Amino acid sequence: MSDLTVAVPEEKVASTKAVVMNQVAGPEVRAESPLYHADLDSLAKQGPRKGGVRLRENKLLGHLTLRCNPNNADQLAAVERVLGMALPLQPLTSVEKGDVSIRWMSPDEWLIIVPGLKAFDVETRFRDEMDGHYSLVNGSGGSTVLELSGDNVVDMLKKSTPIDLHPSEFPVGKVVSTVFAKSTAVIRRTGEKQFELVIRRSFSDYLWLWIQDASREFGLVVDA
Amino acid sequence: MFHIYCPHCAEYREEEEFHASGQAHIARPLDPEACSDKEWGEYLYFRKNPRGIHHELWVHAAGCRKFFNITRDTQTYEIKEVYKIGEQPSVVAQSGNSK
Ligand SMILES: [Zn+2]
Repeated sequence: MSDLTVAVPEEKVASTKAVVMNQVAGPEVRAESPLYHADLDSLAKQGPRKGGVRLRENKLLGHLTLRCNPNNADQLAAVERVLGMALPLQPLTSVEKGDVSIRWMSPDEWLIIVPGLKAFDVETRFRDEMDGHYSLVNGSGGSTVLELSGDNVVDMLKKSTPIDLHPSEFPVGKVVSTVFAKSTAVIRRTGEKQFELVIRRSFSDYLWLWIQDASREFGLVVDA
Repeated sequence: MFHIYCPHCAEYREEEEFHASGQAHIARPLDPEACSDKEWGEYLYFRKNPRGIHHELWVHAAGCRKFFNITRDTQTYEIKEVYKIGEQPSVVAQSGNSK
């Protein structure tokens, strides 16, 4: 395991305020997503290509939980320097730019998702730029992202969560943390008929079974 | 089934997203070592059980995971108001009714 930790040069330690471990050493290191065992790639090749609900696992992304003070202008400016966009301060909103997205989770908490191999770089830059009392935790291994879409995606979600999904209440870009089946999920609308679910690794198998069952009447298409 | 307004998320959510955490406004003694056993016991274990207006601590457990207060009528279950930690309730019981 020792080759997974990255040695930081000494002068770098002085400028950064905390030592950051690179949790993903590189693309050559084998990694299994929470739904690895479901073999979604084979289902995408062999399964039905028509149906009301489509599912894709956006796997092995970098999930960073940021907690900081929304009233601290210096911190807000630092986030903008690192991520190239401002933190969404309005409750239940999200922003996205290129392959980086930020979700409002709580008045002082945000979930940032970046490409898996970019996470260490983003973490390191946060340590360089951010000042004051804040925390940035890499929880990449603990969750995965499901992309759900299709003509019946709302019908399927309605069976699973008490959230009002009508477009007037739940427009594109809105994000909620809520109950999903007997687990929880962070649900974000990414299109009229497209949603993103951030789910816990330990519940991913249960939710995969649940989604298959809830989608049965509409037909489920798995995308690679 | 309650429909509860979370003051942090600024919208109504279903009760299953929340947990009730008991009576609100229980201040921890500033100097626990100086408490008598009776004072410490009352702080830890003794709670009001009013018929009528009750101030309760709730947490948006599946949502933003923040705590806030609710003033609720235990007889009708009606939620009278929701307010943040540190704020004071505007709806209070008539004197003699709260114990
Ligand atoms: Zn909330």
